[in-house]
Amino acid sequence: MSSKTAAAIEAGGGSALVAYLPVGFPDPDTCVEAVVAVAEAGFRVIELGIPYSDPGMDGPVIQAATQEVLDTGFDLQTVFDTVQAVTERTDAAVLTMTYWNPILQYGVDRFARKFAAAGGAGLITPDLTPENAGEWLTAAERYDLDPIFLAAPSSTDARLASAVQHSRGFVYTVSTMGTTGARGDMDAAARRLAGRIGEAGQRLGKPIARCVGLGISKPDHVRDVLSYAEGAIVGSALVTALREGGVAGVAEKAAELVSGLPSASDSVS
Amino acid sequence: MNDRLREAIGPWFGDFGGVFMAEPLMATIDELSAAYDELRDDPGFWDEFSRLGREYTGRPSLLTEAKHLSEAAGGARIFLKREDLNHTGSHKINNVLGQALLAKRLGKTRLIAETGAGQHGVATATAAAYFGFDCTVYMGEVDTQRQALNVARMRMLGAEVVPVRSGSRTLKDAINEGLRDWVANTDTTHYLMGTVAGPHPFPAMVRDFHRQIGEEAKEQIVAETGSLPDAVLACVGGGSNAIGIFHAFLDDPDVRLIGLEAAGDGADTERHALSISKGTPGLLHGMKTFLLQDEQGQTRESHSISAGLDYPGVGPEHAWLHRIGRADYEPVSDKEAMDAFLELTRREGIIPAIESAHAVAGALREGKRLGSEAVLLVNLSGRGDKDVATAAQWFGFLDEDGSDE
Repeated sequence: MSSKTAAAIEAGGGSALVAYLPVGFPDPDTCVEAVVAVAEAGFRVIELGIPYSDPGMDGPVIQAATQEVLDTGFDLQTVFDTVQAVTERTDAAVLTMTYWNPILQYGVDRFARKFAAAGGAGLITPDLTPENAGEWLTAAERYDLDPIFLAAPSSTDARLASAVQHSRGFVYTVSTMGTTGARGDMDAAARRLAGRIGEAGQRLGKPIARCVGLGISKPDHVRDVLSYAEGAIVGSALVTALREGGVAGVAEKAAELVSGLPSASDSVS
Repeated sequence: MNDRLREAIGPWFGDFGGVFMAEPLMATIDELSAAYDELRDDPGFWDEFSRLGREYTGRPSLLTEAKHLSEAAGGARIFLKREDLNHTGSHKINNVLGQALLAKRLGKTRLIAETGAGQHGVATATAAAYFGFDCTVYMGEVDTQRQALNVARMRMLGAEVVPVRSGSRTLKDAINEGLRDWVANTDTTHYLMGTVAGPHPFPAMVRDFHRQIGEEAKEQIVAETGSLPDAVLACVGGGSNAIGIFHAFLDDPDVRLIGLEAAGDGADTERHALSISKGTPGLLHGMKTFLLQDEQGQTRESHSISAGLDYPGVGPEHAWLHRIGRADYEPVSDKEAMDAFLELTRREGIIPAIESAHAVAGALREGKRLGSEAVLLVNLSGRGDKDVATAAQWFGFLDEDGSDE
């Protein structure tokens, strides 16, 4: 029993870039090529977003992309196919980020089994907090998947402790109070929050990586974030690059962001 | 059903309800829950709330016997709880005043709300004007078109109205957009949820602000007829007016509770809003409840001529009352509702909101079934001013159509 996600972050010397891309966008095959390109550029962890009709946490860029996927007809089988194709071709840890209702309807255990069989590493669950996650935590243990919960600047110490206790791989650290979308400046709140998660991990005797999401679009942001956290999550900036420039465009954006990694000069060409 | 049903206070109603929200909102939701737990036992708060009801809304609302309508309902006696006579034209103001008072106590300076028909948006904009809050109302673009008059009313009251262009561009998407605004502005802003849906404490809290409807009506109808009614009927979208009038009767097992869901084109078509009758349990807007969804867990679009009932979910307390068999939920199609709309208008001189016309249709149906001995209590949740254009078009009352009745 070991965390694929933690292993991927450690393989990068404890600093990793994490990419968010919606499954099936702009079409399933191009999505696979985009993910592979991003992984080859040096992103060690991939989050595949599952399109959902009522995405309360997504900003306009991602919502527009997932709505397009839904409009053309989406099936959860695409998730398993994409995970399998990507894990066969790269060493990246592949997570999925999903609102909970699609998983609930599919069957929590059934989803976890198929996702693990396809080579998936774990699930990030924005609208499923640990107190509602009993069935998922059981399935995660059974199939050796990483449950990853969110922490926010507004989270109380008790809630942070719960996120740390129940997450494996990393804690998803929300850097601003807004919804996802590229923001010009990083929020100092993220630094404080990463510190609080670190302290919670020490208190609990469970050190855990912190990946900071929401708002990262430039190499400088990556450099900043990785000075106090183990992972920098990039979403909207990659989705925009994919929409505007296709696989070549997203590969170029990924390479640009990889230049913000502390190890960029020696480990990635 | 040994426990008193009236005492359910959430977060769970049987298997339904709960809090399924993203972590960035959890602290705010917890704060709101704690604040409401305190207020629930604060007589000063309820005194102020009652005073506003009396002096601003016009409570208690009347109970009117619809004697002429009775002829169209198998001779059954029909009593209308006149929430349509409230300030701003519907029951929505009850909840808005309660939450506005709460927001003031929490030190918030801004209210945001979602609205379907515009009634809740208008009520929120009204309270914002009265209490001095900034106000933003999210409204599906489709609804801003079919309820243009209410958009103008809200703007007149000083609110910003944001047409929502995502998803199905109706009420459910307006809620999504409102929640997005809230997560970014929790410090200053209270999300004034307009129905008994969403995460705890909204379903219980909104119900508590509307339960006066049933409490008043119970007293009024007993005073009028000497006994409890045979059935209480109300339309159900999210379900706030229905739970408001049902609640006082939950522990009176001889009183049948009937919620009328919008069947749109018909219960046997794909175009309806029958969340309970045709839906399945799932998650939407932070709660577990019955909802219209496909086998992939994607929320399906609902359809109804009535913007206020055009919602693919339902409040969790209704899901529970359905599950335990305490309340029945029946479909009323657009056509049945509009027929009832005209019956009430022509026989009683009362133009109902199209939402409320669904409840009237249910009463006509139930009256014919039970006959002249029956006493029915109907929540007339809103008035039809906002629906004049829709109804005129439906019935062909507009001259430019070249039609005559």
